[in-house]
Amino acid sequence: MNQTLGQTTAEKIIAKAAGFDSVSVGDIVTCQVDLAMIHDSGGPRKVGPILERLGVSVWDPMKVVLVSDHFSPCVDAESASILKLTREWAAEQGVVNFYDQQGICHVVTPERGHLRPGMFAVGGDSHSPTGGAFGCYMFGVGATDMAGVLATGETWIRVPDTIRIDWTGTLPKGVSAKDMCLQMCATLGMDGGRYQAIQYTGETISGLEMFERMTLSNMAAELGAQTGIVQPDETTANFIKAAGSDPGNWQRFLSDEDAIYAETHHFDATGLEPQVAAPHSPANSTRVGDVRGTKIDQFYIGACTGAKLNDLQMAAQVLKGKKVAAGKRLTVAPASARVLSDATKLGVMEILLDSGAQLLPTGCGACAGYGIGQLAEGEICLASTARNFQGRMGEKTSEVYLASPYTVAASAVSGSIADPRDVMENVS
Amino acid sequence: MSGRVWKFGDGINTDVLAPGIYIKEPIEILASHCLESIDPNFARSVQLGDIVVGGQNFGMGSSREQAAEVLKVLGVAAVVAQSFGGIFYRNAFNLGLPAIVCADAAKISENDVLDIDYAAGVIQSRATGETLSADAVPSHLMSIVSSGGLVPYLEKALSRKSTAGAAAREA
Ligand code: SF4
Repeated sequence: MNQTLGQTTAEKIIAKAAGFDSVSVGDIVTCQVDLAMIHDSGGPRKVGPILERLGVSVWDPMKVVLVSDHFSPCVDAESASILKLTREWAAEQGVVNFYDQQGICHVVTPERGHLRPGMFAVGGDSHSPTGGAFGCYMFGVGATDMAGVLATGETWIRVPDTIRIDWTGTLPKGVSAKDMCLQMCATLGMDGGRYQAIQYTGETISGLEMFERMTLSNMAAELGAQTGIVQPDETTANFIKAAGSDPGNWQRFLSDEDAIYAETHHFDATGLEPQVAAPHSPANSTRVGDVRGTKIDQFYIGACTGAKLNDLQMAAQVLKGKKVAAGKRLTVAPASARVLSDATKLGVMEILLDSGAQLLPTGCGACAGYGIGQLAEGEICLASTARNFQGRMGEKTSEVYLASPYTVAASAVSGSIADPRDVMENVS
Repeated sequence: MSGRVWKFGDGINTDVLAPGIYIKEPIEILASHCLESIDPNFARSVQLGDIVVGGQNFGMGSSREQAAEVLKVLGVAAVVAQSFGGIFYRNAFNLGLPAIVCADAAKISENDVLDIDYAAGVIQSRATGETLSADAVPSHLMSIVSSGGLVPYLEKALSRKSTAGAAAREA
């Protein structure tokens, strides 16, 4: 495995975690895990019994982050007992990085300073590529895989190809990272990422703040990639410092000039229009104009993808001084307790509530049909979430359209799918 | 191994395999809803040893392991598809359910009986007599699957380690 070819960020991180100077695409290597993130759904209730059967405890409790988000807050006796079991397990295993009902794992973990560039991290959730926004190699695994990590501190990986996705130009007003994601899903498809590593590059990406970068990395999952890495820079370092952590020597994890990419895709942000994904796939994305006027029952600003501080700010920008259409409901579930508190301080929550939005507790909520805000038979929802598979948010005949917080908010005002740029002409 | 085919299309996702609204139910109940939005008959009629065949990106979506577990609970012996969602692929092997990548999976028809050689990557159709080539299962995944999954595999590995540790301490 000794070679002098340039390495991508993904290859550098995997090599470090596997204890080599460099690795080659296709190598199957065993990596030491720097961080294992788990939640109440796939975590303790699933991995607990496996660790018991193996007769071992967590290999290093300080390297584990546990977040109660899927069943939080509980909606019935079953979810209450899942949360109880989660708390008991945390105490028993000495997992101190336990965030009970503080928000969604993909947002809580970085906002509490647990992610730093160069980390090899696994998460017990498919949107774990979100960690790629911080220059980590972070990917999702199932419960048994996670139990293996918690028992041994290591896991295997096949060194992936790196697929470069390059964005040039500046996003127009009313268009956001979410629209970039939906555009990529439509163009590349849900298996465009081939379970390889995506690396987002280009001036558009460098110009995005961290929360927007997180949206891109988050939806690398919808592109079928194992992870979605953004090259760390000063923006990354500043976020990590503000979260009370040390970004370290992030420069050493930048892709080399002569690194090899299996594919490169170019996109232009300049002319990008707001996108909407029709049921039942994020790849069914199209310009908002093509579905304008589609009747919607529920508007949802929620999830790790679409309820971070920036997302609530986008919604507020549109909703300022306006009202949700009569007979319609706009529900907002902030992605974390800290997001809610920041949004409150900034006056964002006041705008949302004045518009008639209903505030739901922080957590996964209706996103995966586990919590509050589910859909009845035949109901249609427009959501700022990541995924609109059939039956995901409730009854199997319900339907979900996906869009940016701008588009969800503008549509909530009109009562059917609307173009946020029409509303935003009038606001400065 | 050999088994009878249930054929599905592209993009079979984790929400149709293991619907979120039943996720808190015991695995047998969750399994009874497996794929119901596509084929309500599947969970009722699938037999021990049957093979599920899909198209592109089988098992895409969430990391919920139940998506593979329900197939296992229903007695499915293997899944063959043109490509797999990466997390599902790992989960399937971890649970002792082989996932076989076969570029020609579209050629396989419903109710055919297949003979599969995992290590060699060969699938034979009894209906047509045709041989389809598949990706050979990498050896480390073969050893997980032949142990019955990652947990029994680790059980052996960890007990070997602790025996070795004990031996080292005694020596
Ligand atoms: S908010 Fe939705 S996408 Fe995000 S972790 Fe929760 S269930 Fe998954």
